[in-house]
Amino acid sequence: MSENALEQLAIELVAGAMHAGATAADVVVREADEFSTVLRLGKIESLKEAASKALGLRVFSGTRSATSFSSDFSGASLARLVDRTLAMARATSEDPASGLPAAEVLGRHAGEMELFSPEVAELSTDDRIQCARRAEEAALATDPRIRNSEGAWFEASWGTKAYANSLGFAGSYLTSYCAVSVAPIAQNGGMQRDYWYSVARRPSALEDPVAVGRKAAERALRKLGARKISTCRVPVVFDPETARSLLGHVFEAVRGDAIYRSASFLAGKLGQRVAGENVTIWDDGIRPCGFGSRPFDDEGVPACITPVIEQGTLSNYLLNCYTARKLNLRTTGNASRGVAGPPVVGPKNFYLAAGPHPPGEILRSVRSGFFVTELIGFGVNIVTGDYSRGAAGMWIENGELAFPVEEVTIAGNLAEMLNHIEAIASDLEFRAALASPTLLIGGLTLAGT
Amino acid sequence: MRQGNHFFSEHYGLREADLERYLAAALSEGGDYADLYFEYTTTSSILLDESLVKSATEGISMGCGVRVLSGEQTGYAYTDDLTPEKILKAARIAARIASGPARVFTVGLTTVECPNNLYSVPVPSTERDLTEKLDLVRRGDQAARAYDPRIRQVRVSYGDQVRHVLIAGSDGRVVTDLQPLVRLGVFTIAQENSNLQSGSSGGGGRVGLEFFQGENSPESFAREAARQAIVQLTAQEAPAGEMEVVLGPGWPGILLHEAVGHGLEADFNRKGISAFSGRIGQRVASELCTVVDDGTVPGRRGSLNVDDEGAPTERTVLIEDGILRGYLQDRLSALVMKSTRTGNGRRESYEHIPLPRMTNTCMLAGSEDSQEIIRSVRRGLYAVYFGGGQVDITNGKFVFSAAEAYLIEDGKVTAPVKGATLIGDGPTVLTRVTAVGNDLRLDPGIGTCGKDGQSVPVGVGIPTVKVSRLTVGGTAPRSAQSFQ
Repeated sequence: MSENALEQLAIELVAGAMHAGATAADVVVREADEFSTVLRLGKIESLKEAASKALGLRVFSGTRSATSFSSDFSGASLARLVDRTLAMARATSEDPASGLPAAEVLGRHAGEMELFSPEVAELSTDDRIQCARRAEEAALATDPRIRNSEGAWFEASWGTKAYANSLGFAGSYLTSYCAVSVAPIAQNGGMQRDYWYSVARRPSALEDPVAVGRKAAERALRKLGARKISTCRVPVVFDPETARSLLGHVFEAVRGDAIYRSASFLAGKLGQRVAGENVTIWDDGIRPCGFGSRPFDDEGVPACITPVIEQGTLSNYLLNCYTARKLNLRTTGNASRGVAGPPVVGPKNFYLAAGPHPPGEILRSVRSGFFVTELIGFGVNIVTGDYSRGAAGMWIENGELAFPVEEVTIAGNLAEMLNHIEAIASDLEFRAALASPTLLIGGLTLAGT
Repeated sequence: MRQGNHFFSEHYGLREADLERYLAAALSEGGDYADLYFEYTTTSSILLDESLVKSATEGISMGCGVRVLSGEQTGYAYTDDLTPEKILKAARIAARIASGPARVFTVGLTTVECPNNLYSVPVPSTERDLTEKLDLVRRGDQAARAYDPRIRQVRVSYGDQVRHVLIAGSDGRVVTDLQPLVRLGVFTIAQENSNLQSGSSGGGGRVGLEFFQGENSPESFAREAARQAIVQLTAQEAPAGEMEVVLGPGWPGILLHEAVGHGLEADFNRKGISAFSGRIGQRVASELCTVVDDGTVPGRRGSLNVDDEGAPTERTVLIEDGILRGYLQDRLSALVMKSTRTGNGRRESYEHIPLPRMTNTCMLAGSEDSQEIIRSVRRGLYAVYFGGGQVDITNGKFVFSAAEAYLIEDGKVTAPVKGATLIGDGPTVLTRVTAVGNDLRLDPGIGTCGKDGQSVPVGVGIPTVKVSRLTVGGTAPRSAQSFQ
């Protein structure tokens, strides 16, 4: 279906719901094409291609609401969907905070965001396969200790999202995405796997697959001979990948739903110092080509830039319309909605602002510490901030990377960690909706032998 | 529940001749094997928060996935539109993986009966009235709040699905199944002054709403979630470093899922990238340990009559008396490794390529009394409830996160400690198992496993087990707690 046809479908379904007796309604429709291929040791392992579509309907009956979803767009099926959803809504609770946003906050950010490029769909299957092949070949050619691979991937998707509500807002936009990644295995007695990747809104913005392959190989090679170390309390340098996961926890802690439920260590801290003065965190919805950019959120609120932590002070929670009402605040345009279920709070481009130091300078400043390049597991409690995760990386001795480390954990408390970010590097890169430069955090417990 | 047999013919007019036509299109460029996976899934979910039913959702997802195998290569395409044109188009796209003359598809199709019926569900949950489900979540909310005045926040979630599947392969086999699944979860927050702590619990399985009674009642899950949050109010810093660890029965079986289960999935082993690759017949655990993956336990969340490639599920011995015996196989890996399928080919939905996955992964009971096991520990950790875990397949390092744990001092369970991640090495951790209890328990039925971006429901089970050395990732140096 065309972009217009999807928007029209959303408008008609909203009208159908209102006609059937809803007091308010909104609809999100998605349509997408996806392609993925996996190569391994130069041979194609799989080719996958498909087109899909789905819609999500939300209806209100006063302050009661319910949602439903379907991939069947036939008229009869949608009429049934409306009736069933209304019946469900009437069985839920009155909730004074429920409802659509106020009509005056609806709209679309006018600037061009470059979220879509036709080049993604136009790229031939051979070119897509070739991209993954070059990445894997480069990884395998890096060193004789790289002889095996879990595979190399090329993935692409492009599609349309449309939204309409009963306040008269309707809009749609196109997005595209492509990625190349490779996971080589380094062997030298033991085996170590690592990976690297590049993602972009258009193929021409992808990094050279050869560089991606080499970096993946170097990451796997440096893990060879990793050992466990004794339990100690040390400064820890987080590389941008592991630092991004920390930003993910901060995002979880400033989400409006965690705040109104007091289920966050940052609840009740608005306007207070929660981090060192060197820490500024933004949530930017309009960044060109950003993976978290969009002209309007999934409730029709225009994209904007929200300061979250400014020089250490918590300046905003991130909110959709519901959580904003619960907290007597204004929505920050963070409504995010899959087709199933009501809107939740999702990140725009949520990032920690770059600092002045080259990452090498930060490593050199550490006399004895840990450079963490991988974190695994789920040992993070947003309610208390307690943090404990499995880790691997490199031991730092006199400012140099001394030897690889594995089978250790890093533990601390996120509230304290935010206050002990001792240095922030200049290497901020946007590889996902969340991003962080290299960070040095003091005084974490590393558990080993 | 066997009424799945005619679902697609009744609702979508799907006939045997159609299946033959689609399979012929899938093999139109050669290929060794093709299959079709038809799915029609209805789901519903409810969220109760602040004692209000804040969301009720239902939906339908349906489609057909077409797979073509050519040597070790897979072509895959799917459609969410079950019209013949769209399925044929998907079949022709999937066919492109092969490059040869069309294979003439001549085998007649035969509908094969599932040997098992593991789901005794009189009425599928999706056909039960919404008010019955609302009653379950409200009862959970009331019981959690009544448990202790310090319980300040309660969230109760309910979710169910009923999945009709029809799998037709170019080997002539047609299999249908109707797979129910329900889940109830309770999350609580307790507050004492400025100290806030959380707890969670829940249960479910391939069962109907009648499951939620007795020890599986909403009240029972709610009290458990509330109890955990209250216990955590007095938790001290968790220890940091290697120590003796006793795992309680049930949920802590996630150890097996992470430490050995993933590493024994055949795809990683045929590629030689698992820490367990090439180790069949070798000792990977103490002789006290026998580990099975059992997809045939009636009503369990990880159980299935047939896997998502149409093969009957099985009870597969992975480790027997400490010796590695077998891998978890799907069709492709079994073919490449010249092994037999074990009924572990699973996929999240029609949009996904099947992979070797776990079902219910359990360690069999030993002979020791759990209290004796605890008494045998001078200084250690007793961990009874876990959150998620993760593993690096290639180097074997795995983690699992204790949400409820206590210190053991001089053979007695003493102070509760804060949540902490435990980390170990998969191929060696079970060699350090020095005691196995006689109290095997399965988890309550809320586990979900992720791999390659695909989520599938799974189960775990373990008796009380003592591991002589495991790294505990807390913050308290051992000296502060007189750990030697």
